[in-house]
Amino acid sequence: MKELKLLKGNEAISEAAIRAGADAYFGYPITPQSEILEYLMAEKPHERTGMVVLQAESEVAAINMVYGGAACGRKILTSSSSPGISLKQEGLSYIAGSELPCLVVNVVRGGPGLGTIQPSQSDYFQATKGGGHGDYRLIVLAPSSVQEMADFVKLGFDLAFKYRNPAMILTDGAIGQMMEKVWLEEQQPRMTEFPEWATTGKKPGKERRIVTSLDLDSAMQEKFNRKLQEKYRKMEENEVRFEEIDCEDAEYLLVAYGTSARICQKSVKIAREKGIKVGLLRPITLFPFPKNKIKEMAGKVKGILSVEMSAGQMVEDIRISVEGKVKVDHFGRMGGIIHSSEEIVTALEQKIIGG
Amino acid sequence: MAEQITNKDIAREENLVFKRTGVLTDKVMHYCPGCGHGTVHRLIAEVIEEMNIQSDCIGVTPVGCSVLMYNYLDVDMQEAAHGRAPALATAIKRLQPDKFVFTYQGDGDLAAIGTAETIHAANRGENFTIFFINNGIYGMTGGQMAPTTLPEMKSSTSPYGRDVKMMGNPLKMTELVAQLPGTYYVTRQAVHTPRDVRKAKKAIRKAFENQKLEKGLSLVEIVSNCNSGWKMTPVQANEWMVENMFPFYPLGDLKVDGEMAK
Ligand SMILES: Cc1ncc(C[n+]2csc(CCOP(=O)(O)OP(=O)(O)O)c2C)c(N)n1
Ligand code: SF4
Ligand SMILES: [Mg+2]
Repeated sequence: MKELKLLKGNEAISEAAIRAGADAYFGYPITPQSEILEYLMAEKPHERTGMVVLQAESEVAAINMVYGGAACGRKILTSSSSPGISLKQEGLSYIAGSELPCLVVNVVRGGPGLGTIQPSQSDYFQATKGGGHGDYRLIVLAPSSVQEMADFVKLGFDLAFKYRNPAMILTDGAIGQMMEKVWLEEQQPRMTEFPEWATTGKKPGKERRIVTSLDLDSAMQEKFNRKLQEKYRKMEENEVRFEEIDCEDAEYLLVAYGTSARICQKSVKIAREKGIKVGLLRPITLFPFPKNKIKEMAGKVKGILSVEMSAGQMVEDIRISVEGKVKVDHFGRMGGIIHSSEEIVTALEQKIIGG
Repeated sequence: MAEQITNKDIAREENLVFKRTGVLTDKVMHYCPGCGHGTVHRLIAEVIEEMNIQSDCIGVTPVGCSVLMYNYLDVDMQEAAHGRAPALATAIKRLQPDKFVFTYQGDGDLAAIGTAETIHAANRGENFTIFFINNGIYGMTGGQMAPTTLPEMKSSTSPYGRDVKMMGNPLKMTELVAQLPGTYYVTRQAVHTPRDVRKAKKAIRKAFENQKLEKGLSLVEIVSNCNSGWKMTPVQANEWMVENMFPFYPLGDLKVDGEMAK
């Protein structure tokens, strides 16, 4: 039976992970996401489901524990915030290069450097373009409510296992810290059977399993890279998710994800009260990006404003999708400041309608 | 006249006194002749066979000359990022506590870039085994200075010898790790003579068997030569190792059954 609870976004991630039958969590404290590890430790998942929870010595160790566990065919997750996610990039590249599933949560804070502990969306490039070295991508999910924080844990694991690729929940301190009512799925059992590629001990008469991202033969390495790229094209065909709000008659379009999308909902109302027909497109998957939908919208509207708590990162993907058909601009605050709905309407008027 | 005995007669199953372990694959090893890596691989394989744990073993290879160990050992293996093998092994063992889990790491891997992972896995008392091949140099990348490179020792990044004032001191990770309450067995061995090979094999077996006791980490250091990186012949390299490496890295047990050796 589903259960209704009042939880912080971060806590919803933890509870959903236990209920999704996760086998292990490895992490290192950092604001604004420490509640994830704290909640897990308080819940004693080793008693509830047998799930392993370990506070690692660093984010580097944590992601490599994720790698080791994922290579055993288990459902493993980790979480961190921006500086810690930077430290995880080498490990993520290895995990993608070894075709292993895992779930990574980035509760983004303002950067660069140590930056601020306030919410931000300035890790979009890092999340959607690969982040570490080599040609790889993460599946990137952007929740805009505590409910989606919980739901995307299961979705993230499902997609990660379907494609044998790391998935990331890209959220921010606002959603991580905010409390909302959330429907939680009933407890799923942990896996008892593991994929054929998992290192669970060589069975007599069977081939051993080797998990590696190394191939010294360039021709083989290129072949493998092509296989990865095919996988990403399949994701683009099958996994694009987005939400449309008031888009049918829209003359102008806001594109925003996560916290920004919630604020933009109010901006749509304000603008429509002023007589401006504005719609909102909310990408739910940031990779694969809803480029076809945006291209389609570009044929219908007079201009598009990307609203992000950053200097403008997603706007580049929008521009690529639009192929120069309509005017595209960006508006957003940085450094942990969240834009107001009114500011967004003003920016739309100045940068797109008037500009 | 007595009957001729042919080679075929001699090579009968019941006359066999030695057989190559089946836990080693048929793949030709890429190591330089005289390098210790191959010997240690074989000892590990033999112990796995003798303990009958081939189907219960999961190994983690490092980044270093032994990165391709998974080509030679016929057990399930994972290939870690440089230095991170103990983090992988931590997860593997915690998720599959009934398996025999080991890492195999060079001195650059374990004592430089992976220092934190080594110390914390040891300090948490993770119940797996580390095989640490200390050749005092970065073999794979062409003989650069390692944290274990001896004072005055030449390498491609200490071409006039390691000046400890400028480049720091060699790090005795095994001594360091032995101090930690999480380690149960810490020993330093070598494989350059038949006698040392026999002793090292015993240590490797003990380190595997300890996993059944669930009392913490076992670490077996093997002081080995890197004749290629040291720019010596294999024989010279072994002689140099005995004269220079062993006084600095003395062979023997540091900790047995959780007690520091006297
Ligand atoms: C993150 C990272 N840094 C550096 C390297 C390059 N690298 C590969 S092997 C190695 C040193 C290996 O030396 P050691 O661990 O002593 O192993 P040996 O080859 O001597 O057995 C280095 C620096 C790498 N692969 N990854
Ligand atoms: S370079 Fe050194 S460590 Fe590597 S195989 Fe040759 S002798 Fe062994
Ligand atoms: Mg070395």
